[in-house]
Amino acid sequence: MFSELNSILNISPDSFTRGEFILVSDRQSDASFLIHHFLSFYLRARCKVCFLGLVQSFCHYSAVSQRLGVSLTQAKEKGQLVFFEGLKECLSVLTPKENNVESEAMNFLRDPTVGLRSLYEFVRSSVIGSGSLEEGAEQWGPSVLLVDDLSVLLSLGVDVGAVLDFSHYCRALVCSQMQGNMVMLVRCNGEEDDDDDGDVVSEVLLKGLTHQCNLSLHVQGLPTGYCKDIHGQMEVCWKTRQGDTPHLQKNLFQYKVYDKGASFFARGTSSAVL
Amino acid sequence: MAAPVNSVGKTSADRLQANCTSFQKKTRSKLISIPGTRPSVQNGQLLVSTGVTSLDYLLGGGLAVGTVLLIEEDRFDSYSRMILKYFLAEGVVCRHELFVATAQDNPDEILQELPAPILDDVAVPKPVEQPRLTGEPQDTLDAMKIAWRYQNLPKVQSALASSSRFGHYYDVSKTMEAEIRQAAKCHRFYLPDHITPSSAAHRVESYSALLKSLQEVIHREGFDLATPMSKSRNILRVGLHSLGSALWGDDLCCHDKPRHSHALTTFLYGLRALLRSSLLVAVVTLPSHLIQDRALMGNITRLCDNAIALESFKGSERETNPLYKDYHGLLYVRQVPHLNSLARQLPDHKDLAFKLKRKQFTIERLHLPPDLSETVSRVSRGEPVGVASACGSRASGTKNLDF
Repeated sequence: MFSELNSILNISPDSFTRGEFILVSDRQSDASFLIHHFLSFYLRARCKVCFLGLVQSFCHYSAVSQRLGVSLTQAKEKGQLVFFEGLKECLSVLTPKENNVESEAMNFLRDPTVGLRSLYEFVRSSVIGSGSLEEGAEQWGPSVLLVDDLSVLLSLGVDVGAVLDFSHYCRALVCSQMQGNMVMLVRCNGEEDDDDDGDVVSEVLLKGLTHQCNLSLHVQGLPTGYCKDIHGQMEVCWKTRQGDTPHLQKNLFQYKVYDKGASFFARGTSSAVL
Repeated sequence: MAAPVNSVGKTSADRLQANCTSFQKKTRSKLISIPGTRPSVQNGQLLVSTGVTSLDYLLGGGLAVGTVLLIEEDRFDSYSRMILKYFLAEGVVCRHELFVATAQDNPDEILQELPAPILDDVAVPKPVEQPRLTGEPQDTLDAMKIAWRYQNLPKVQSALASSSRFGHYYDVSKTMEAEIRQAAKCHRFYLPDHITPSSAAHRVESYSALLKSLQEVIHREGFDLATPMSKSRNILRVGLHSLGSALWGDDLCCHDKPRHSHALTTFLYGLRALLRSSLLVAVVTLPSHLIQDRALMGNITRLCDNAIALESFKGSERETNPLYKDYHGLLYVRQVPHLNSLARQLPDHKDLAFKLKRKQFTIERLHLPPDLSETVSRVSRGEPVGVASACGSRASGTKNLDF
């Protein structure tokens, strides 16, 4: 986990707000380093994590988490982490064999109109877990759902309405019912002001999720172009309620991703510049 | 993940980098050495050469095993086809197995056009006008008197190359001899053999047929990482020509709003799943200039690991432009992957140009000569090269900031 990001967001593994929906989004950039941060953060906070890793293999996440100080294989063995590896499960649907059982959760690959109901059932079963705890099983903290990433479901043909429904169902389950947290990654392609040719579907998804979330981290490239020392800028947007009035607070940071972490700094204060 | 190099035994203290392995081996074994591969110096990934040494340098030493390189074709598919042939020829020379899939020409035609390797050329070819590749300061120059601040800066290397040899050189004026070519095992997938073009199944089934055929080859020949390591391992090089064109039954290139736009992306997702679990390297060429939907190109690029785009000068007004007379086209790096790590190896320069010589395909940093004319007239320049945009992170809101 990135300590600078923790201080920006005012959270720590010991104290963080529960029932939050954190939306991580990017525009023509790559915000997956934030997903790695949240994964190691919640594992350190001893939460029960359900991770839908749809775009990369388990070993990729495991290798990165190792550098951030968390072992995914150990967490899986202890029962703290439920890892859904989308790449491995998809082959059973895309290239079906006679003996192999098809993975239920990815059945939208066969017919995208079915929607994400089976995927939601998988999430539900892993978040609620088994009814009876075995003797000596460790008690974990609140449930957390992490999704990396939601936009690949759009690429695989799922309707944007189905994806929004899925996120709403998950939020109702994880944030409201179980009082846990949810982190989702959404990736956009086009420019923000593009009307006609733009990626309408991704924008609809992003807007819908931004409306639902409590905290939004939006990652973009620098407006001045490519720079090797500053990888981009991140906008943090909090939605809080003070009394009866909703309050929106925004903050802009620039970041650089290293091998073992990322550093965040105010605009213009990069070490390359000063 | 892309297959890393295993370290000896279980001493975890020695394994500092990339110690998660996708090799599910049960016994300790020696260091995996597959001919034609080498471990990366940066992160321990297993790399193969693409056949073009400049492209290897651009990709960070080579193409990592378990990843795919997407090449957006130039307008007449000449240079992208050339890079595909280099890739397959390198596989033949390194004794890897090949898998070629086409919908347009028979795979045998591509295999017969492979360039001949220059096998007796051991030393690095003498560069004619390029500066020396080592970074030693040149003491032969006199100490600079005016620009003395630049004295200690290293000399600019315009050609992209590393000091150690990896990969072979090819002579494009000759084709590979039949004996060398037939020594390599090659699997072919020619779409009209599997699906008749007029059938209703053609539209959506061509990609799944390709995926099934590829998986069958992987299982049969033992490229799967899950199979026990009884015999020696080899790499399968997959070359997919012109995916997304209309001959694959896709209407991505024909319509503005294609109806089955997710057929290709689903295939690329399945290909990524196969790649991460086997000893495979893939090169895919795509006629992106025919696809109108830029957002779809973004989705396709994100599902591939490395992505480059070629733009050749043939037929455009830049062919006669004196600024570009040394080059055959421009090369854009659209995406670099981050494999098993948070950071990725971003390229130093974004403006790259390539030229195809008889013995080498070089990719160089594009140098525009200084405009020393008295008048400030650049009418012959043509439209600018393009907004320098980061691969994977574009400039946002470029309209207001136009220097």
